[in-house]
Amino acid sequence: MKIITANRLTDGRVIYRTSDGQWTPSLAEAQPLDNDEADNALAIAEGEFGIAVGPYLIDYTEGEPGGQKWRREGIRLAGPTAGTTRTLGAA
Amino acid sequence: MYRYDDFDARLVRERIAEFRDQVERRIDGRLTEDQFKPLRLMNGVYLQLHAYMLRVAIPYGALRAEQMRMLATISGKYDRGYGHFTTRQNIQYNWPSLVDIPDILEELASVEMHAIQTSGNCIRNVTADPFAGAAADELEDSRPWAEIIRQWSTLHPEFTFLPRKFKIAINGAAEDRAGIRVHDIGLQIVENEAGARGFEVWVGGGQGRTPRLARLVKDFVEPRDLLSYLTAILRVYNQHGRRDNLYKARIKILVDALGVEAFAAEVDEEWSYIRDGELRLPQSEILRIRSFFSTPSITEASPVPEAGPAAFRHWLKHNHRDHQTAGLSSVVISLKPIGGTPGDATTGQMQVVADLTEHYGFDEVRVTPDQNLVLPHVRNEDLFAVWTALVDAKLATANAGLATDIVACPGLDYCNLANARSIPVSQAISSTLEAEGLSEAAGDVTIKISGCINACGHHHVAAIGVLGVDKRGEEFYQITLGGAFGADASIGEIVGKGLAAEDVPGAIARILKSYLAQRLGDERFIDTLRRLGSDAFKEAIYADLAA
Repeated sequence: MKIITANRLTDGRVIYRTSDGQWTPSLAEAQPLDNDEADNALAIAEGEFGIAVGPYLIDYTEGEPGGQKWRREGIRLAGPTAGTTRTLGAA
Repeated sequence: MYRYDDFDARLVRERIAEFRDQVERRIDGRLTEDQFKPLRLMNGVYLQLHAYMLRVAIPYGALRAEQMRMLATISGKYDRGYGHFTTRQNIQYNWPSLVDIPDILEELASVEMHAIQTSGNCIRNVTADPFAGAAADELEDSRPWAEIIRQWSTLHPEFTFLPRKFKIAINGAAEDRAGIRVHDIGLQIVENEAGARGFEVWVGGGQGRTPRLARLVKDFVEPRDLLSYLTAILRVYNQHGRRDNLYKARIKILVDALGVEAFAAEVDEEWSYIRDGELRLPQSEILRIRSFFSTPSITEASPVPEAGPAAFRHWLKHNHRDHQTAGLSSVVISLKPIGGTPGDATTGQMQVVADLTEHYGFDEVRVTPDQNLVLPHVRNEDLFAVWTALVDAKLATANAGLATDIVACPGLDYCNLANARSIPVSQAISSTLEAEGLSEAAGDVTIKISGCINACGHHHVAAIGVLGVDKRGEEFYQITLGGAFGADASIGEIVGKGLAAEDVPGAIARILKSYLAQRLGDERFIDTLRRLGSDAFKEAIYADLAA
């Protein structure tokens, strides 16, 4: 399965594409896509002007980012694994 | 310190107004991302994994107290309560909203700062010795020259779209603390046999995926000719540098391709046309710029304290540097707390540093290429008060130049380009070395970590380098040995296969234990390594792993 992710235009935060064509920061609300429908859905997202910057497909397995980019996408989802952001607490 | 004139102030204000309009047009859809991206990059705005990142220029790493205070204010008002000082002597904010950035730039402009040319294929912030104007081993203060280069290169119409980004370093001391051999152009202030000052010019150094040490193209350029000679170099690069291949576009590849003699000949030919033209620097202008940069004079010279708490004396041992003026010292404010994040400072810590700069630092503070801060001028009788304030602010780690003074890029925790994480690995190394007493025992050792081959963590020029790589979704770390940053610059060599993250701290601890067992007298790590070769340490890296 695939899902579509991007960064939000106004603040850059990570967002995911929902089944009704909206964007959400919640991975749980993202629309899982079969591999054969993913490219078409991405093309539609890319063609829209809206709040999303640079939409792209990521692998999605059992409710989490999967595939070879699982760590990168996991960090995008949950935030930095270490560093001052975590020490101070994310806003 | 240089102060803006009306031209500087107007240029920065106009640029902010222009960018504010560009942001508004992006938000309301009149600009696409493809149209907007090069515009935001020209203003230091990147889009990283979780958020926009704003890189603010700190020219040659030098700040006044009010500027440091403003950096603190911005970190609290627009970001998450901290900033990240970089290996290029700049500061990055990891969490600003795009809609806030024009306001951030306005606040920066109020203290004569900006984010221009912190990205893009232009001439970037000039790197300089963070102890310039203070160091005991200095031939000449490099800051006036860095400022002259800054003014010449800012929004230079001919050099705004170079084949690739371009970095210049300048050093005026015996020890190279600016890294002139690993910059596109490195300038060393020298004195010739007649006693005249000028510049040695090194070209084609750099790190990244094709690390190269710069090569000497001119052994003496007179001060009045500096800008015409730099222009000649940039013109040759602009004409012949490759624009068809991102990975072969830096000037180091051009110098490789032409050969240093042919490259130098091309530069000389171009220089012959422009040397006596408008770029010749009048002595009056050199003196005008130089007048902004002075070293404090004091009437009474106290010695560096020898008494005091053990922790104070320990801090002086590692973080104090000799000053060229009797009665003054320079001190390093380490941003490398044990187990902390290299280069990060909180809002409160930056405010404390600003206060110390104002009260004890003659209104000057510097950012170093090692991601630390420096108070270049402190009266010796004020050293204890400075240390006490730093202790309270958790900024008094006594490890400048030691193995726990680790340089690390943001890595995969923040960076869009990274393949592997840097910060947690650096934290684990720091904690392990401190727990085993190796940081103090091993003395002068550089450890630097990059989360990808772009080498923002400068791993190529570390005695012990760590390069994060991705292998089918898993992080691995290659160890390099033998790199050096300064006058004896060298590129480290990869030693064996990559390690899992959890194996890196132990491997580095074993390298240092092996060094301590094999060194002769008080031989430095890098000298033991050069004497024995990296193979002498290979067994230490992998022995326990095989078991």
